[in-house]
Amino acid sequence: MDAYLLSQEIRNGNVSAEDHIARLLEHIDRVDKKVNAFITINENAIEEAREIDKRAKRGEHLGLLAGVPVAVKDNISTKGIKTTCASRMLENFIPPYDATVITRLKREGAIIIGKTNMDEFGMGSSTEFSIKGPTRNPWDLSRVAGGSSGGSAAAVASFESSIALGSDTGGSVRCPASFCSCIGLKPTYGLVSRYGLISYANSMEIIGPLTRSVRDAYLVLKCIYGKDEYDNTTHNINGSLDLIDLKDLRVGVIKEMIDGSEEHVSKAIYSSLDRLDLADVNEISFPSLKYALAAYYTTAMAEASSNLARYDGIRYGISMNPEGIEWNRYYMLARRNFGEEVKRRIILGTYILSAGYYGKYYLKAQKVRSMLTLELAKIFKDYDIIVSPTMPILPYKIGEKISDPLLLYLSDIDTVLANLTGIPAISVPCAFKDGLPIGLQMMTRHDNESILLSAAYAFERVSNLRSEPMI
Amino acid sequence: MSIMIGLEIHCQITALKSKLFCSCSTDYRNKEPNTNVCAICMGLPGSLPLLNREALRYGIMVALALNCSIPRRIIFYRKNYFYPDLPKNFQITQYNAYGSSSIGVGGKEIVEGKEIRIRRVQLEEDPGRLVYEGMARANYVYIDYNRSGMPLLEIVTEPDFDDPRLVRAFLNKLSSILTHLGINPELEGAVRCDVNVSIDNGKRVEIKNINSFKDVEKALLFEISRQKSLAMKNIEIRAETRHWDDTRKVTVQSRSKEEEEDYRYFPEPDIPSLIIDEDLVNSIKSSMPELPDARKKRFIDSLELSENIADILVNNKEFADMFEDALRFYNNAREIANWIVGDLKGYAERLDELKVTGKHIAELVRLIDDNIINRTLAKQILAEMVRSGEMPEVIAKRINASMISDKQELVDIIDKVFEEESKAVKDALRDSKAINFLLGKVMKHTKGSADPVLALKLIRHKLNIQQ
Repeated sequence: MDAYLLSQEIRNGNVSAEDHIARLLEHIDRVDKKVNAFITINENAIEEAREIDKRAKRGEHLGLLAGVPVAVKDNISTKGIKTTCASRMLENFIPPYDATVITRLKREGAIIIGKTNMDEFGMGSSTEFSIKGPTRNPWDLSRVAGGSSGGSAAAVASFESSIALGSDTGGSVRCPASFCSCIGLKPTYGLVSRYGLISYANSMEIIGPLTRSVRDAYLVLKCIYGKDEYDNTTHNINGSLDLIDLKDLRVGVIKEMIDGSEEHVSKAIYSSLDRLDLADVNEISFPSLKYALAAYYTTAMAEASSNLARYDGIRYGISMNPEGIEWNRYYMLARRNFGEEVKRRIILGTYILSAGYYGKYYLKAQKVRSMLTLELAKIFKDYDIIVSPTMPILPYKIGEKISDPLLLYLSDIDTVLANLTGIPAISVPCAFKDGLPIGLQMMTRHDNESILLSAAYAFERVSNLRSEPMI
Repeated sequence: MSIMIGLEIHCQITALKSKLFCSCSTDYRNKEPNTNVCAICMGLPGSLPLLNREALRYGIMVALALNCSIPRRIIFYRKNYFYPDLPKNFQITQYNAYGSSSIGVGGKEIVEGKEIRIRRVQLEEDPGRLVYEGMARANYVYIDYNRSGMPLLEIVTEPDFDDPRLVRAFLNKLSSILTHLGINPELEGAVRCDVNVSIDNGKRVEIKNINSFKDVEKALLFEISRQKSLAMKNIEIRAETRHWDDTRKVTVQSRSKEEEEDYRYFPEPDIPSLIIDEDLVNSIKSSMPELPDARKKRFIDSLELSENIADILVNNKEFADMFEDALRFYNNAREIANWIVGDLKGYAERLDELKVTGKHIAELVRLIDDNIINRTLAKQILAEMVRSGEMPEVIAKRINASMISDKQELVDIIDKVFEEESKAVKDALRDSKAINFLLGKVMKHTKGSADPVLALKLIRHKLNIQQ
């Protein structure tokens, strides 16, 4: 059942939230040893569900997500529940506060079912860089679920949760959504609060929902979006988020992204667009795109090197007996607790920002971002939605790309544009090839989530791809 | 021998109630360690800095007071380095490069006729405090984050100073300016001043850890004499950073300036850049408290005080405030100023230790002007007033100190004195200066409570008659 319907039924008293959660926990128990989507299960979930049922009986007002289970990526702070970022560094860290998105979801009656697996500190595209081992793709357990929000996507795809939250820095919500055949939305930068999101690359990242239907994604966004006094980079929008009837939609497909994809991926994109029976679908050329990946990694690694500097084992997280150790050495010992990929990015990021290189790399990357934004503005004069594959490839085998970091970076080629420029983007299930999911990505202008979700909704109705994996 | 000195001053914006990026109190002194903290100033994972807008106002005020230009847009930067007192292992500060500017640039201040150029004024956050238990031989370092996130103003001057005395004068003036803007540089640890000094265009030595404005001149004098003696012996002066040892009053080697740390500055992504429009600057300008220079000018021009007196008042804001308060009750500016600067100041360094207000001084001066008491009595009354806080009339009545101004009463006393001191009277008839002896006798008779002016007049009158 969709979250939308589920919460309605719980509000009406037709479905017991407690029963639903109890059954869900049993399902997780059976399935998660194979999928490995969860790091922590919320031991108070049933009690919280019971509360919802009580309040429903009393006729109290319950929110839009009453009783709906939500799986939360483990880099989003949840008060009282371990938040580890899948890292040894924060292995037993329990935040003393809730992220704003969590506060808002709880206000609407949602129930946190657990914290999901991810690439350490958000750095990865496959959820293989985790101290808890890889998350397996529910459609083929020998393959990756995508990343870095792999656990969240797998949880939703395998019905271990109705909805999930992930974070998207360079495609980390959309990539696993594409690989796991679910909806993954990256909202406009600044539309959803980052307070409580453990920073990796703070000029680009944002929290977004992973769901089994577009309507659910809309519902979650509605609950979490909007200006937050705890995050100076947030803003409100002038219009509304509501789904609308679209007329005369001008759709463009990005040539360079299609050309850069495997053949069955690009075929799937085109044939699904045909089904939409749109008046206008043109190929757009976006030549500056070739600088996007470099600009993304330059920016992300630089910011990561600074954002992760605070992990030194002094105030929280992994700690050691400081007796007899001088502070430089203590830092060195503490920071050994990062995984290989994290260390790699911190070292590169430090180099990028170092004296004499700032102008050459980081500043240059910011100029590329401005250039991309200007070119997009031109494109959006003539087009309302631009389309591409979410991932240029099908989900690959676990362990296949992990020895070559660059190979992994290359798979982000379609998703980074939205992060570099801040525009909203969504991945919707498009097709299956040999049982493996292919996702279609839509993007639009800043703050136009309404158009984006409406287009995705129309596409979803036509593609009719819903099903359940056999685990 | 030419000397070049430049200053780098960090001053806490004590007038603000909250820290620069969170709502923790700025009143951190004497609190239990690590209790004046929150997720943001502790740098907990997921926390984000929230700019305190009031800090901008103070930054702009200080920049304006130092005649800086205010940029149209300001950005915050990260200064990245690892140190246990820095919770995020970066400091959020400002930076002047790549077309961006801090809150004030290119200012100037005139001290004793010399123009001192202000390179920049910027906003930044304070780190926490490290406490070494057992001082030099400490086995432990304690970290207290109560101070972490305190709002700071960094003021950097060009090396336009050529004399430590001038530096002291500048710092006094800066203190006065800050006090007039509501910032209190006297609080413990509120102000730090690093200096850069070189002689004969030689290598620059930086001196850090000077914790009060008062020590700056001492540190400079020591350092200049150290460099001079090295030069005389033809020993090379190394470019380095030295540490001011407060106990031994010397500068000590700390680390070589050659290895300058690479701070990897980049713009802070969590705080959007801010547009400072003309309207904001103008509204701050018009509502700014009166600055010392303007106040001094007003004291001299409109209130006809001498430059010296005006200077002393303005350099001690509480005295200037009391002076103006007193004027509301009685309008004798000169006298009131004299009493405050001459007599009251001798009683205490800080006015809040005394129990007098402007009203007290105003009433005291009024009593003198009305000839109800004389100066000698007034001083006596003042001495009691500062202790008890009572109004001067009350004290005057109590010591029965109404000046004898009753003409007839005085004439009777003068007659008596003339009888007793016939020789003095003869002297006075010949030499008018000898009158003072007679006046003294009258005062003695009345235990000092005669109106001396009137008494003198009456004595003269009587002498004239006798001639």
